[in-house]
Amino acid sequence: MYTQALNQADTGPKVIEDADKLARFEAKIDAEERIEPNDWMPEAYRRTLVRQISQHAHSEIVGMLPEGNWITRAPTLRRKAALIAKVQDEGGHGLYLYAAAETLGVSREELIDQLLTGRAKYSSIFNYPTLTWADIGCIGWLVDGAAIMNQIPLCRTSYGPYARAMIRICKEESFHQRQGYEIMLALCRGSAEQKAMAQDALDRWWWPALMMFGPPDAQSVHTEQSMRWKIKRFTNDQLRQQFVDATVPQAHYLGLTIPDPDLRYDAASGHWRFGAIDWEEFRQVLAGNGPCNRERMEARRRAHEEGAWVREAALAHAAKRRARAAAAKIAAE
Amino acid sequence: MTTIAVAETPLVLSLLRLADTALVHSHRLSEWCGHAPMIEEDLALANLALDLLGQARALYAYAAEVEGAGRTEDDLAYLRDAPQYRNVLMAELPRGDFAFTILRGFLLSAWAHPFWQAAARSADAQLAAIAAKAEKEAAYHVRHTGEWTIRLGDGTEESRRRMLTALETLWPYTGELFEADAADRAMIAAGVLPDPATLRPAWEATVTRVFDEALLPRPADGWMQTGGRSGRHTEHLGHMLAVMQHLQRAYPGCTW
Amino acid sequence: MTEPKMPLWEVFIRARSGLAHRHVGSVHAADAEMALQAARDTYTRRGEGLSIWVVPSAAITASDPADKDALFEPTASKPYRHPTFYDIPPEVGHM
Repeated sequence: MYTQALNQADTGPKVIEDADKLARFEAKIDAEERIEPNDWMPEAYRRTLVRQISQHAHSEIVGMLPEGNWITRAPTLRRKAALIAKVQDEGGHGLYLYAAAETLGVSREELIDQLLTGRAKYSSIFNYPTLTWADIGCIGWLVDGAAIMNQIPLCRTSYGPYARAMIRICKEESFHQRQGYEIMLALCRGSAEQKAMAQDALDRWWWPALMMFGPPDAQSVHTEQSMRWKIKRFTNDQLRQQFVDATVPQAHYLGLTIPDPDLRYDAASGHWRFGAIDWEEFRQVLAGNGPCNRERMEARRRAHEEGAWVREAALAHAAKRRARAAAAKIAAE
Repeated sequence: MTTIAVAETPLVLSLLRLADTALVHSHRLSEWCGHAPMIEEDLALANLALDLLGQARALYAYAAEVEGAGRTEDDLAYLRDAPQYRNVLMAELPRGDFAFTILRGFLLSAWAHPFWQAAARSADAQLAAIAAKAEKEAAYHVRHTGEWTIRLGDGTEESRRRMLTALETLWPYTGELFEADAADRAMIAAGVLPDPATLRPAWEATVTRVFDEALLPRPADGWMQTGGRSGRHTEHLGHMLAVMQHLQRAYPGCTW
Repeated sequence: MTEPKMPLWEVFIRARSGLAHRHVGSVHAADAEMALQAARDTYTRRGEGLSIWVVPSAAITASDPADKDALFEPTASKPYRHPTFYDIPPEVGHM
């Protein structure tokens, strides 16, 4: 999901790289050594990473919105505390990731500008609405569950700062999925209305969750270079299958039905085989036609614009302090 | 489940006043999550909200225990309507802009810090334990909102204008922090709660120190708004509770 | 209008007394006090620290990876700096 950026083509200008440097770089990658900020790297590697890490960061930041939608309506104080802490974590993860991208020579301001002007993308999943409390359960259980599948291999990604950010993120996120599943459990053990709420949420989130892993490998030509450079370590289809295998028994435990008439267990391979994914829906959501694309971007733009005077004031005050300190020093001399 | 009626002995009432103020203020802060001026501040405001929510939960749990009617923290938070809420009015005013949020946070925490410091020596051991934890949290809240008050007061023309507007709106709500009615006096006499009059010097000192550095005028104490602590609220609390209590009201008696 | 850049700070945290401060990440803030608070609010939410340093990222001078061989290779040929270089009979005991 959070590696959706790796499914896009690198459209930057072709750079003829120094053959010796390139060979040393690739030998380092093959030897499982990490690439660090000031190390030489091919331009395409740098561009791919900036795009991937920043889109990951944007996904965390935009991802605060659908769940933030229920902070003021969380049904108990315990759930409210957990949800605030979780949405706060997403913000922190965005922060770590922007910082990792910044080590590649691009500023946070530029990255945010790319998001707000629509030049950068974020994970398609956050363009779906959170309509009931059960959606908060489903996001934790399915969306964070899918994210973990995707993010654990990223802890070993070849770029050092990205890998270190992912280690911290994975450690912090370990409560997110449990939090979501616990919400689902409470609903499924509750009243008939609560259980219907849980099933309805699963019906709406299941397919978008599977789409999070990106297009099928056969259509995802750009995965290959990212795999070779060990930015990405598993293919979209491998991760998707791993997710389905882990999630189906969890749904059964809840007593919920996965909304896929073709779903069946293949005893020979030990995998759950699932039906066809509607990739047209995925393309439409990525193209900006999801139910909430406009609202999400408007909310981010509003927060940024309404916060401009605060950032300006902080910088202005810091400048005044420096000027006063300098004046005091001159006066003292 | 319908709205509950809590037997408000002086101790229960005092605990509810503190818990409601913490919860309502926490709720207003949490409305920023995902919408703050920079990511660092999304995290900071969420931390403030979580501290206050933690205080509210501890206070509700204790209030429920003292009342002895078998209620939970959630019964107290979700099943009382606005007239039963006992928070100070300042906490419930709508989120406003960042200047308003910061200044409200500062004025309330500049009060809360000496309050919890004194309450940590309460004759009531359980309240003293809650206070000992809250005191440290409040100290950081004063620091964070105080430093922002200085930066916004002495930042740009716009930030200063916004702070002055917020100050004008908020100041008339500061009087309620220092009120004492019969229930308060009973608790003060029993050594359970500090006398609010004794908190004033510390509050004034913090406000003066920060306002001086922020180049903000300390307004004259004119007419002060009151009523929240006895259940007469602004129009805003009802809307806030309608949102906050939505699920508990729409699906009564469920476990979440 | 281009957004003015908010300074970047590197954050170092001492996890327990007795340990050195360790680099944990970075934050953006207009000045040192706000950077310290941002570091506290970002990097110590799960009891990760007892002490924080923040340093303007621009104040850090880093060695160039291209100089790696010149800076760090020569040390590899000086095994006499390590205790295992010296032969002491076992009967002398631990030294």
